[in-house]
Amino acid sequence: MRLTDDEKRMRDGAEGEAVAAAMDLLVRYGDALGAERLVETRNVAGTMTQPSPAKAKLVEEGGWAKAYAVINLDCDRDIEIPRMKVPTCQLQHGFAGDASGLTHYADSSIRLQDDAESYFSDRGVNILATCTPYQVGNLPVRGEHCAWMESSAVVYCNSVLGARTNCEGASSTGAAALTGKVPYWGNHLPESRHATHLVRADVTVDGFQEWGMLGYFVGELVQEARPAVVGKLGQPDLADLKHFGAATATSGGVELYHLPGITPEAPTLEAAFGGARIAEPVSYGARERAAVYDALNSRGTSRDVDFVLLGCPHASLDQVAQLAALLEGRRLHADTELWVMMPRALSSVAFRNGYTRTITAAGGRVLTDSCPAMSRAAPPGTRVFATDSAKQAHYLPAILGIEAWFGTLAECVDAALTGRWGGGLR
Amino acid sequence: MIELCGRGIVPGVVEAPALVTREPISGFGGIDVATGTVIEPRHELFGVCFTGRVLVFPGAKGSSGWSGFFQSTRLMGTAPAAMVFDVLTTKAVLGAIVTRVPTVVQALPRPLETIRTGDLVRVDGESGVVTILESASSST
Repeated sequence: MRLTDDEKRMRDGAEGEAVAAAMDLLVRYGDALGAERLVETRNVAGTMTQPSPAKAKLVEEGGWAKAYAVINLDCDRDIEIPRMKVPTCQLQHGFAGDASGLTHYADSSIRLQDDAESYFSDRGVNILATCTPYQVGNLPVRGEHCAWMESSAVVYCNSVLGARTNCEGASSTGAAALTGKVPYWGNHLPESRHATHLVRADVTVDGFQEWGMLGYFVGELVQEARPAVVGKLGQPDLADLKHFGAATATSGGVELYHLPGITPEAPTLEAAFGGARIAEPVSYGARERAAVYDALNSRGTSRDVDFVLLGCPHASLDQVAQLAALLEGRRLHADTELWVMMPRALSSVAFRNGYTRTITAAGGRVLTDSCPAMSRAAPPGTRVFATDSAKQAHYLPAILGIEAWFGTLAECVDAALTGRWGGGLR
Repeated sequence: MIELCGRGIVPGVVEAPALVTREPISGFGGIDVATGTVIEPRHELFGVCFTGRVLVFPGAKGSSGWSGFFQSTRLMGTAPAAMVFDVLTTKAVLGAIVTRVPTVVQALPRPLETIRTGDLVRVDGESGVVTILESASSST
């Protein structure tokens, strides 16, 4: 890889040991990818503060500097961690204090995380603590080079915002934060951003559930490739595209999609394919839609629902307002819990608007910072859960060994009020 | 002795038995770092331990936590001895680097068709050569 004089200086230690270690990792990483050079970024979204047994051990041995050196820089030397060089935010992490006592999640992990937040915010990390940084202020512009991790955030960043990021990891974002550099490879290259596959919706796709099911179909079909989707598509909103992208990145590994006429890099179908020959379309019809629905509901047998989980990816204000409207003046079933996950910054607005009061008066909870998949914890004793998220319906049965029902927000609220799953494909 | 020639992306030389899968591997939700075992329910390696073996697989899938989960296998002492894979993604490449095991990518003839589970192989992450020293069938 060719390095600029400035990059060589960083590698050789002119900005300290931590920056040198970061540049060393970026060079090893870029060379392994086959990148020709690095590119500047001023937007990093990574993970530093979420607790884990390995991290707890490192912190005990050498504090947060050691944890960052080993996990975020792949460096075993004892080094000081300076302020982040470019704007950097923390993505979702573990459960916060608002979940204390609601799950088997350890209070020691909550304390470790609080300690990490102090350390890293002192070094300039914005503790947004959400899988949807774009909902709370980290909104890159079209064409901007980013270094983000979190599959649902990466696909939103590339596809909906038209910014450019690969699916980075803890170490590459840790190194990018201290150097403002990341390998110029993959989604950063304009010629690597054109569609490779075409899907045509022959059934109407409108609303949150339908966008999630279409996404699950598309991801399974194209895996890590780049789909363009046309057909009977209604006007999606932020929540629809958030759900669609998360589903494509769950059943497959989609990092970039195009909706001609909707997403910014595809004003037309021809533009989505960058002038190359347009692929033969694969149909998403009634049969495919039913198969996706069945796959997402294949892990449910008992209709007695213990737990309803909403807010994956983290809920928008609109979604929380809709939930509050459905719960107004009602009361959850005695044996069923309901959680909605959202960014803490939005939860303060939800509180201010009275949505939180309505939800808690009904017996539900507004929780922040994490989700049951990330923190690997649900209410104790959960055997069957219901969700409106294709991603959680996919992951939780494997991670927690529980049954899943997937449906609309209204079906999920109904399950929370009655303790019974009554959903079905309509 | 069969030689496969590819590109070494993490240096080092190791000799160990191979563990081969045609299915991509998930990090987050796909492996247990404490035991070095594949835990994805429908994976053909479900319940199989990769610790100390040369992991031969198509590539990575799933969450961006891939590299962090494989890095944890190194920290917990349950890492594979080496990696050989075909599909170059940021997840798998960064994962190999932070797992710090000799790694060869895009070798020919194709590893998935050439190497079998149980073969004794040498992975040279410097030269990019993978050598089948002893095949599983001839040793039994």
